[in-house]
Amino acid sequence: MKRPVIGPWITIILGAIYFLVPLVATFEFSLRMKRGEYSFEAYRVVFGDPNFQASFTYSALIAVAAIIVGVLIVVPTAYIVQLKLPRLRPLVEFITLLPLVIPAIVLVFGYIRMYNSSSWIPLTNSARGTDFLLTCAYVTLALPYMYRAVDTGLRAIDIRTLTEAAQSLGSSWPRILFQVILPNVRVAVLSGAFLTFAIVIGEFTMASLLNRPAFGPYLQLVGANRAYEPAALAIIAFIITWACMGLIQLFGGGRRNDTRR
Amino acid sequence: MAFLTLEKITKTFGNQTTIHGIDLAVERGEFVSFLGPSGCGKTTTLRMIAGFETPTSGTIKIDGKDVTDLRPNQRNIGMVFQAYALFPNMTVADNIAFGLKVAKKSSAEIAARVKEMLALIKLPDVGNRFPYQLSGGQQQRVALARALAIQPKILLLDEPLSALDAKIRIALRDEIRAVQRSLGITTIYVTHDQEEALSMSDRICVMNEGRIEQLGTPFEIYNNPKTRFVATFVGTLNVLNGTMVDTATGRIAIDGQEVVATRGANGASTGDSLAVALRPEALSIGETEPGRNGLKGVIEEVHFLGPVVRIRVRFGDNVVSLDTFNRPHSAPPVRGEPVNVHFGHEDLLVLDRPAI
Ligand SMILES: Nc1ncnc2c1ncn2[C@@H]1O[C@H](COP(=O)(O)OP(=O)(O)OP(=O)(O)O)[C@@H](O)[C@H]1O
Ligand SMILES: [Mg+2]
Repeated sequence: MKRPVIGPWITIILGAIYFLVPLVATFEFSLRMKRGEYSFEAYRVVFGDPNFQASFTYSALIAVAAIIVGVLIVVPTAYIVQLKLPRLRPLVEFITLLPLVIPAIVLVFGYIRMYNSSSWIPLTNSARGTDFLLTCAYVTLALPYMYRAVDTGLRAIDIRTLTEAAQSLGSSWPRILFQVILPNVRVAVLSGAFLTFAIVIGEFTMASLLNRPAFGPYLQLVGANRAYEPAALAIIAFIITWACMGLIQLFGGGRRNDTRR
Repeated sequence: MAFLTLEKITKTFGNQTTIHGIDLAVERGEFVSFLGPSGCGKTTTLRMIAGFETPTSGTIKIDGKDVTDLRPNQRNIGMVFQAYALFPNMTVADNIAFGLKVAKKSSAEIAARVKEMLALIKLPDVGNRFPYQLSGGQQQRVALARALAIQPKILLLDEPLSALDAKIRIALRDEIRAVQRSLGITTIYVTHDQEEALSMSDRICVMNEGRIEQLGTPFEIYNNPKTRFVATFVGTLNVLNGTMVDTATGRIAIDGQEVVATRGANGASTGDSLAVALRPEALSIGETEPGRNGLKGVIEEVHFLGPVVRIRVRFGDNVVSLDTFNRPHSAPPVRGEPVNVHFGHEDLLVLDRPAI
């Protein structure tokens, strides 16, 4: 007979308490908007708030834009590095890690300096220009995750032989990239995309300093001025993030086994 | 004029030259194998024909046209890889259709061609399956269909069967050859399996260390190897060291006994030490008949392999191995027994270089 091991269980329980108690407390608090009874009143108010809808839509759109731009940059880069320039890999990996090292605030001040209204490229002059800048900022922010996901995905397939097979069938580079490589790293790209989405939805610093009506600043605004709604928002944001994680699991875990050795 | 020609092809990677001036002419519709040990440059040569590598010097011509500087997607060459390389995200039908879509064929034409190809590889019902739903042998047949669908000028196969198990390998070998014959497509087949090369090819190109050692029909390669390398690489062969006694009559001394060689002895002069080759199947045990060579030795080893018994016989410094059929009613030879080994004058082949 094995003696039950209690050490690890204690750790797990302590950890669960550490994570779950605030969550449960927040949730419980978010239900108490109506005096004396539990209700989803706070959620109703939040969902009914036009600013919630507008800011969430705005952030979602920027996230989608960031995902598209990110994929268009990262997939060809990772592909070329793996296929043609394997010696550059450490350098590229280092560059893609930089956003984790450089604080967002430094990045955004850099942007504002570079692209302010009196600069060569006055992007911050117009709302569209600033949206573009924000998109680029989010692409940068999500780069470490996107690159790693795609790189791992590419490593799982034999890109060299697939590329050569397509080439010998007369295929051009764009066709190889979009019809052969991209569909085969779809899962990796999706997990990178959901991570990007999760990051962008909650991001505050950049959106706030670039003064765009994003979800992050809205959360902060509500949080500073209301009591029950921030709790409801926190729970909503939490659910969105976990839904993204769940989708990554769904797409990543449900993948069939690769038959190639 | 030959359909595919390689002229003075060399290839250098960094400062290491891996292909040292290859000249090769392949006729239209011919099936040529590249046979050689690992690292001898078979794949590299094939990849230069496909356009995945550029020769350091030399020219490649297909159908009279210089293609040396054409990119792979402009060469119209079908390629089959060891690792199948089917597109995992596409069905079998889409895989076969890929090259046709690239060539902007009409969808009716594509559908007809895909059907025709699936019939050709005898897998008419797998069009809707994905590659991972097929066995290795089936995947490789689909890869063959995909390569042939575009009606390439040349078909290149790089060890297409080496990832498969023995039984399927032999079945697929015949099938590939049958398809190749029925289409009459010029084919280069890379392998390091001599049996594959001997059984499939019109001609075999034996390669070693980036050079062509010999180019010839399987019969020529097996029976008249031009170099010591070919002799030892193709088939199992006994190589013995001896000394030329008399060039005029082809008398050679081996471990103090004399034999007569009628083939390949002209290059040597009296007193030269040289190497001679003997195929195991040319050797018999028993009294030497008149007009044949005989060598007396001692049985050193007996391996009972079922239908055949492999025997090793030592004459002084030299050893030969030979196979005799198992006879159920007589006892096999015993180690240490003295024996006489005999063979024809023409079975003894003098090799160009003395053994080391
Ligand atoms: N891209 C490359 N860079 C440097 N050296 C290479 C490259 N490709 C091949 N070589 C070298 O060229 C030589 C021939 O390689 P090749 O792949 O043509 O051999 P092969 O005959 O196909 O062998 P195998 O039977 O193992 O496939 C080898 O020594 C190999 O190391
Ligand atoms: Mg090879």
